[in-house]
Amino acid sequence: MAAFLQSIGYNSLILPALLIIPTVGALLVWLHGATLKGADEAAQEAGAMMARRLTFAILLLEFILSAGLWWSFDASSAAYQATIDWPWISAWGARFALGIDGLSLMMVLLTTFLMPLAVLGGWTSVRHKVHAYHVLMLLLTMGMLGVFVARDLFLFYVMWEVMLIPMYFIVGIWGGERRIYASIKFFIYTMVGSLLMLIAIVYLGWQAGLLEGKPNFAYEAVMALPEFRPMVAFWLFAAFFVAFAVKVPMFPFHTWLPDAHVEAPTAGSVILAGILLKLGTYGFLRLAVPLFPGIALHPTVRAVIIALSVIGVIYGSLVALVQPDFKKLVAYSSVAHLGMVMLGIFAMTRESVQGALMVMIGHGVSTGALFFLIGMMYERKHSRIIADYGGIAKVVPIYATLLTIVALSSIGLPGTNGFIGEFLVMVGAFKTVPVMTTVSALGVILAAAYLLWALQRILYNTLDKPANAHLTDLNWREIGLLAPLLFLIIWMGVYPKPVLSRMEASVGKFVQEVEAKAAAQSVTLNAPGGN
Amino acid sequence: MLLLQEAAAAGAHPLSGSIAEWIWLVPVFPLIGFLINGLLSLRTAAHIGPKDPTAHHAHHDHAHDDAHGHADGHGHDHPAVHPYAGIASLVGPAVLFASFALTAAIFLALSGAHAETPFIKTLFSWMPAGNLAINAAFQVDQLSMVMTMVITGVGSLIHVFSVGYMKEDPGYPRYFAYLNLFVFFMLVLVLGANYPMLFVGWEGVGLCSYLLIGFWFSEKANADAGKKAFIVNRIGDFGFLVAMFLLFSNLGALDFAGVNATASQLSPLVVTAICLFMFLGCAGKSAQIPLYVWLPDAMAGPTPVSALIHAATMVTAGVYLVARSSVLFSMSPVASLTVAFVGAITALFAATIGLKQWDIKKVLAYSTVSQLGYMFIGVGVGAYAAGVFHLVTHAFFKALLFLGSGSVIYAMHQAYHHTGNHDDAQDMRNMGGLRQFMPVTFALMWIATLAIAGIPPFAGFFSKDEILGAVFARTHGSTLADATWLGIPGSALLYAIYAIGLVSALLTAIYMTRMMLYTFHGPNRTGDKERSHLREAPWVMTGPLAVLGVLSLAGGWLNLPTFFPAGPVQALHHWLEPVTGAAALRITNGAEAHLEHSTEYILVGLAIAIAVIGITIAVTRLKPAALVSKSQSPASEGIERVLEHKYFVDEAYDAAVVQPLVGVSRTVLWKGMDVGLIDGLMVNGSSYLARGIGWVGARLQSGQVGTYAWVLIIGVLGVLGAFTLR
Repeated sequence: MAAFLQSIGYNSLILPALLIIPTVGALLVWLHGATLKGADEAAQEAGAMMARRLTFAILLLEFILSAGLWWSFDASSAAYQATIDWPWISAWGARFALGIDGLSLMMVLLTTFLMPLAVLGGWTSVRHKVHAYHVLMLLLTMGMLGVFVARDLFLFYVMWEVMLIPMYFIVGIWGGERRIYASIKFFIYTMVGSLLMLIAIVYLGWQAGLLEGKPNFAYEAVMALPEFRPMVAFWLFAAFFVAFAVKVPMFPFHTWLPDAHVEAPTAGSVILAGILLKLGTYGFLRLAVPLFPGIALHPTVRAVIIALSVIGVIYGSLVALVQPDFKKLVAYSSVAHLGMVMLGIFAMTRESVQGALMVMIGHGVSTGALFFLIGMMYERKHSRIIADYGGIAKVVPIYATLLTIVALSSIGLPGTNGFIGEFLVMVGAFKTVPVMTTVSALGVILAAAYLLWALQRILYNTLDKPANAHLTDLNWREIGLLAPLLFLIIWMGVYPKPVLSRMEASVGKFVQEVEAKAAAQSVTLNAPGGN
Repeated sequence: MLLLQEAAAAGAHPLSGSIAEWIWLVPVFPLIGFLINGLLSLRTAAHIGPKDPTAHHAHHDHAHDDAHGHADGHGHDHPAVHPYAGIASLVGPAVLFASFALTAAIFLALSGAHAETPFIKTLFSWMPAGNLAINAAFQVDQLSMVMTMVITGVGSLIHVFSVGYMKEDPGYPRYFAYLNLFVFFMLVLVLGANYPMLFVGWEGVGLCSYLLIGFWFSEKANADAGKKAFIVNRIGDFGFLVAMFLLFSNLGALDFAGVNATASQLSPLVVTAICLFMFLGCAGKSAQIPLYVWLPDAMAGPTPVSALIHAATMVTAGVYLVARSSVLFSMSPVASLTVAFVGAITALFAATIGLKQWDIKKVLAYSTVSQLGYMFIGVGVGAYAAGVFHLVTHAFFKALLFLGSGSVIYAMHQAYHHTGNHDDAQDMRNMGGLRQFMPVTFALMWIATLAIAGIPPFAGFFSKDEILGAVFARTHGSTLADATWLGIPGSALLYAIYAIGLVSALLTAIYMTRMMLYTFHGPNRTGDKERSHLREAPWVMTGPLAVLGVLSLAGGWLNLPTFFPAGPVQALHHWLEPVTGAAALRITNGAEAHLEHSTEYILVGLAIAIAVIGITIAVTRLKPAALVSKSQSPASEGIERVLEHKYFVDEAYDAAVVQPLVGVSRTVLWKGMDVGLIDGLMVNGSSYLARGIGWVGARLQSGQVGTYAWVLIIGVLGVLGAFTLR
């Protein structure tokens, strides 16, 4: 397979193709929508179906093309692969430089995997402005992939903004009753964060290009910058930290998430939880930590971040426990899961960082599936309030079976993907931060409590609301859409090795370089009068 | 290094190339059964939904009729045999038989090979990350094979029993699917060659326990019980996880071979911490104080489930874990004493509650908690073989007792069903005098009762005596006796444990006899109309009972005491020596812990006397004839009330842990912190500011969202496009 892909020049084309295809697709869908202006209702309806099919086809093509990366990727190498480096805005020193390594490969695949499913998930629930919706979905795909594959800080920033805007509109236009509030909250939170990051990026670009007389945003150049003065480094790190911490979201920057999740349409929630949150943790892995290892691993900074992560694990779980709204419950559970990712990253062992990446993928799959399932029931009953259900397992046995399996993976039951990530994070993190890891392990208990309690109140107990006796079970489209997610849940739980081995080299390099640099820098950081 | 050891062990092992290579099939058979039964279950229950599920469209479909048909078909009042009952009753037990047959063959191969080291069958690399190398691997050794024999053997019998017991249940294939899945995980638990594999099984059996306790989930109490079991178990699992983290961070290994080989590097403090955390896991899974509260509630599940999961196999996993980690536990006298002491206290505590329960299954549940405490006394004092011995005999007689009670409940149900009575079919006050209606069940359950009470020559006598003797023997000249535990000399603590063990044995004899008297003796209180419908259970249920009866009678031969003149003296002890022998010797300072025969005779005499006294007390003091049926019984008072309500521990936990946790989460964390502080003050405060500036807010408020969206997108596209295309 790898040889065949080599022979057709796959590696030299695939990354730009993955960005161009959805962009062109967005144009196509938009144009198709424009031709329907003033058409009658039947034509509009047919046109809407066309938009769904077209978008699905484009994203499916995207996934099939990206799947080649699985084979073409050389797992033994920690270097960027499938790289391209085109001049872009040469006056500003920004280049169109792309590449993937073990940190981003699985994120790219997760994105291309979830997006077609997300389109399927909105198949019957999105009924107005169908074309605009799908244009935004395609642009969102492009933006998210762009963040993952960028090798240029400026490009990274542009993509970061590109992906925020469609999500903002998806929540604001196709969302629930309080969508305006939720989308403004989302917008303000993320905007504040990314503006600070922009300042830091511009500063870094100028510093890297000082000798050439114009900025240089290439990752290699920025990473190779000599060490900053501690105060400068601290503020630069802080700027990145805010942008990424909001995205993760870390406690106490998380309150936009429950609102955005609850108000977002199903696909919006799936993408938010499945991919968008990971952009935050990816940002830490790719930029914030390797750029400023001295700060990131400074005992105080590190202790604060790890404490916030662990608070997130416990706090998110406890608040999830008392949510009356199932979607909000899952949103808070995301705060807990992502806290686990942050713990894994800042514990800085090879096991814990690999675990963090596994949690990122696993959470994307499991929580994505959970949001799909919630959306499916919402379409039937127009309620996400747990108390409106009860005893429906008898009426909708397929739904009940699938919801149970997905919930168990979210709980982290061994044999599912959820366990692998959490276990690796904790077993690795215990070596460097044993007490905090032990506290975070309590989240294991709480996860079982909040999800099983919700499960009981939805699926089990007495069927005491007569209207629920008429609920219809999942249809083939819905089963088909969940099937790949279920497959991944089990496969990554039973045989995660192929996934782990593809990230091993890059994670090893990451941990080694960060630790080496931090060790070299910690001396100077502590020199003037201690810390 | 560890990998090398493993490879060396596997390569040169006398079992390599033998039938033991097929060990992986033992758990895979039940897994296949699960898949078949699970598909059958979904196939009958499922109605694929309409293409467009949106609520306002669904009305056009015939969803109503479907739902109605569905509900009626499974209504409570029309018990009908499930359409796939035939296949399910074939597949469910058959996969167990297959596993049992294969296990027996491997067992024979193992006993012929005289292997001193475990045979490890590695299937694939499971979790390779950093320095962590965890394989999906199975371990064939003396301990794992004893456990596997019990699980597949007793499991087969219980599966057969279930064919009769669950015959008319609408969820028949679902039941067998769960039961098969349970066996799969249980086998992974005992066969796994490293702690994470064990943990897979550990959590998996917890899941199946959850599903089976809540099998009749339409009743809230059942669903509650299932959830409680899972969550309380998870508290224990937290301990297990931390123990694994400690092991890995200190030794860099999590496989049994690697841990055992390097355990001597651990400092006393660390090894104690590991063992105590691990024991927290055991306390959860094996229902010991303070985590025993889930097991009595677990009786909400079908009775064969109680027999298999909550008596014979799953709840003994904690005992297995201590025996499996004997090398670690033997290094920490403090942790070992803790295990033994908690076991002793639990044995006594649960036995007192057992004295006053009316639900026949609740009596057995507390009895199980108590007997598990006994096993922990055994493995706690370093008599690992004795603990495992009691585990095995207990599996025989307790499975028999539970299945027997199932047979009784089945008969009661049938009788009530005929007359449309809705009385409690499990309350002993509604039973009485059943021996005339169910002579086979009656006789077999007495065998089990004598076994658990410790009357020779029944199985329980030997195993219980082995444990008590071991405690006594270790009061001098063992590392435990020389240690201090919370300021108490170890030797004094061991005497106390011995005494508690004797008292518990007395109580056991009393409450078991009480149960038998109230159920089978005296006049019948079921009701005049119902009485004529009481029948002995069909052969498919009594058959397995009879086999278990033989085992309860003869199980003691597995490990006859040393003073026995002939027969397989200490057979199980010697069999387990390659696994637990070294650890047991460490506890006893290298000498075999044997009592003088004269001392041993005295102890045995004491134990028998205690059992006989207990039975006599029950027979003379209890008056089955004075009982009235449940509906006419007055509420109990004083100490009786406290015992009947299990010392109000559930209520205390609820008030001390559950309510505060939920309350604080809701009012302080969510409403206070999230909504109040962060959102109210910080976020919304700044959003008003932003609205004041009015840039974002005004446009969104004015309803121009659509237009604005297009402008932005076109802008972004334009800029990007221009630059990209240069």
